[in-house]
Amino acid sequence: MNKVVANADEAIKDIFDGAILMLGGFGLCGIPENCIAALVRKGVKHLTCISNNAGVDDFGIGLMLKNRQVKKMISSYVGENAEFERQLLSGELEVELIPQGTLATRCLAAGYGMPAIFTPAGVGTEVAEGKEIRNFNGKDYLLEYAFEADFAIVKAWKGDTHGNLIYKDTARNFNPLMAMAGKITIAEVEHLVPAGELDPNCIHTPGIYVHRIFQGEKYEKRIEQRTVRKKMN
Amino acid sequence: MALTKEQIAQRIARELKDGYYVNLGIGIPTLVANYIPEGMDVILQSENGLLGMGPFPFEGEEDPDLINAGKQTITTIPGSSFFDSAMSFGMIRAGKVDLTVLGAMEVSEKGDIANWKIPGKMVKGMGGAMDLVASARYIIVAMLHTNPKGESKLLPECTLPLTGVRCVKKVVTDLAVLDIHPDGGFILRERAPGVSTDEIKAKTAGKLIIEGDIPEMEI
Repeated sequence: MNKVVANADEAIKDIFDGAILMLGGFGLCGIPENCIAALVRKGVKHLTCISNNAGVDDFGIGLMLKNRQVKKMISSYVGENAEFERQLLSGELEVELIPQGTLATRCLAAGYGMPAIFTPAGVGTEVAEGKEIRNFNGKDYLLEYAFEADFAIVKAWKGDTHGNLIYKDTARNFNPLMAMAGKITIAEVEHLVPAGELDPNCIHTPGIYVHRIFQGEKYEKRIEQRTVRKKMN
Repeated sequence: MALTKEQIAQRIARELKDGYYVNLGIGIPTLVANYIPEGMDVILQSENGLLGMGPFPFEGEEDPDLINAGKQTITTIPGSSFFDSAMSFGMIRAGKVDLTVLGAMEVSEKGDIANWKIPGKMVKGMGGAMDLVASARYIIVAMLHTNPKGESKLLPECTLPLTGVRCVKKVVTDLAVLDIHPDGGFILRERAPGVSTDEIKAKTAGKLIIEGDIPEMEI
């Protein structure tokens, strides 16, 4: 059951042009930094990326955008990236914006083996255009389909050789959902330990969902909005 | 005098009740956290996966793994919990969050809200706003009464793409506190100190309902 691969380049080596990828993270928090760097090195193109955000100009998915590797983004919020805006306005990049809870739950549905969900988010808005609406107990809901992704790429805090994963704080976000949803799931972790060392009660993603795992390195963990208060003496 | 953004937040904080779970949007709503009455038990939900959001960290104690939905570094309070984004919107969809406060570009007299897109300009996306407004039980909008051109943001119908329909219950602006009438219309409840009913009338394009004397806000 050993899922360990040597590094990011080996983990992503079969990702092909035109693949549909899920990338975990919220803003720059909990993003798979090592795999993104490896994807940029590999230069794989025409990717569809399902990710809540699109990084910033010089970090996260922004690096792949700058390298013209992304054909389409499926996201809920993309406001932090000038290169993204440029490619969108010039028509180089396709963008599908969907509500954040819908994005999360479409990943969840894929990981739970359910083809679709019903959600009230977007009823009466342009998000609902062309979608089936069902009324339950007097309230309208949109039919939204589970995502299909060739690869899910996630970042965890700790992982073991069986692929069990534990996330830290709000770096959890979309990671466990996407981990469940990929045909192939790749996990990079800050601390890789032998199976048996993690408390089974504390596992967030059971190893069955994870196909490849490796110990990441040189995490930059950039902060988007550094907000602090002053210490009072 | 029109209220400052801080005073709008202060007025909204008076809607909080002991035991409330509250989601605060980006902008003026975030400021509401600064005015939670002392001794009142209110737990803040951040939709990126946290219940029990605390204040900003002290300088040097920022943790890149601990941010709020506005991507700001934050802390947790004792008794907080982390969860994934599906559970976060699960608790929102299931109506567990008592109060949602968010900003808006337009609100209609029927309680429709528009706050995510200006066609032809940059589209940043709806984030979690559509999920929140579709399910929250009590939605307060915090915004200025007029846009930078001086045009009313309280309209008969929204002109911008909608975020949600018939969902807003209360609007707190720099000029007034207004409730949405179930059959349509902004019911004027309170005036900002020194702001006349006539001024509010002039700056409200949607149907304004005025019954009796309108008291000034207590700030």
